[in-house]
Amino acid sequence: MAEAERYVIGEVEVERIIEVIFNKRGIDFSGYSRASFSRRIQRITDRDSNGDFEIIVQRVSEDKLYFDQFLKEVTVNVTEMFRDPSFFLAIRKKVLPELGHHHKIRLWHAACSTGEEVYSMATLLHESNLLERSVIYGTDLNSDVLKKAKNGVYSAKNIREYTTNYQRSGGSGNFSDYYQAAYGNAVFKEFFRKNMVFSEHNLVTDGSFNEFNLIMCRNVLIYFQKPLQSRVIRIFKESLAPGGFLCLGSKESLMFADDHDAFEEVDATQKIYRKKLVV
Amino acid sequence: MIDLTGIELIVIGGSAGGIKAITEVLKPLPKDFPVPIVIVLHRLKNVPSTLQSVIQYHTLLLVKEADEKETIKPRCAYIAPANYHLLIEKDKTFALDYSEVVKYSRPSIDITFECVANVYGNKALGILLTGANSDGASGLLLMKLKGAKCYAQDPKSAEVSTMPQSAIDIGATDELIALNRIGLLLKQAALKIS
Repeated sequence: MAEAERYVIGEVEVERIIEVIFNKRGIDFSGYSRASFSRRIQRITDRDSNGDFEIIVQRVSEDKLYFDQFLKEVTVNVTEMFRDPSFFLAIRKKVLPELGHHHKIRLWHAACSTGEEVYSMATLLHESNLLERSVIYGTDLNSDVLKKAKNGVYSAKNIREYTTNYQRSGGSGNFSDYYQAAYGNAVFKEFFRKNMVFSEHNLVTDGSFNEFNLIMCRNVLIYFQKPLQSRVIRIFKESLAPGGFLCLGSKESLMFADDHDAFEEVDATQKIYRKKLVV
Repeated sequence: MIDLTGIELIVIGGSAGGIKAITEVLKPLPKDFPVPIVIVLHRLKNVPSTLQSVIQYHTLLLVKEADEKETIKPRCAYIAPANYHLLIEKDKTFALDYSEVVKYSRPSIDITFECVANVYGNKALGILLTGANSDGASGLLLMKLKGAKCYAQDPKSAEVSTMPQSAIDIGATDELIALNRIGLLLKQAALKIS
């Protein structure tokens, strides 16, 4: 039956493709959670080779251009502006006043994908008059999504939803002041990008590269097994100034991290933590 | 008739009218109901949710939102959190995924049902309730092909019949049960295995 034949990716195939990617391309997915990763491989196999897994293995091994596309599909790049508005409301109320004490504010959006949360955060900073003295780093393992983040051009069809989210997040301005509509897109204004830096960084293999006052990494840890989660939280600990903030996704926690003791809760529901002053 | 012999997981999906329907299913269940229940309902995103407390109000069984990497245990009904897909790993722990919507939905009933099919095979029981789209039907079919017991709410008793009817149309169901009988049958079946 057609429905059953769709499921050609089992444990064996997943482990094999992880090995092939590592050996041929040097990117390590061994610490990724398998249920989600397996669905990605299934999806790619259905789409690119009509269910023939061997073709995928071959193309990943031999075709660099194909692999770049594959890499973009195998990691989840879905994101939205002001996802969980109550989280951004908490940032406005509890975090920005603290950040305002700093002369220079450094923020890191780790695994930022196409950048929607970077622009969401920049909006908040702008409205608190903090954007001018902020530098926002956006990193991802995938260079294609970073290009999109750098451009700040998003489909206009999502703007209505983003506007509602913005308002629920405590935004009192006119959201449409922040972008220009052009050819079915919303192009975010240039002043946002002045203080943004985008670069490639892989949380699996790369380390700390600066000291930050806030790190945001929402809905990334869910794709990682416990040891990898722990490794990533260590990088964040090493990258945060004392008292620096760490923001995770609404269903993520520090529970599986060896370094959970280095943090205290700022808002348990919104998953906002803070590195202790003395660790 | 529902038989829970050898069943390790019950998974229930629903959409429009689903909250009312699921409370009716859970209402008769005791707090020591021996089989874990996983519930996937289409729900609003980006607003604070009261779904867990709404459902908990109607049943003695513990109701909680599934957390990532949480081990699935008996005597609990787990709800898929808003705006995530709910997956299950081979070691019977939950995984969350924020990937593309499927059939306009996240959580997708199909995705959770597919995971249940792959992890639990013939040790699972699936029920598809009321709803206004066809999400869940193909997942239920995969469960059936892997030997699970598959039910749909009798469309005649459904607030919106599209969802259970879609499952029936592709041959994904073993039996139809009227909504007001599902909870009762589960309760009786639990008594037989304890």
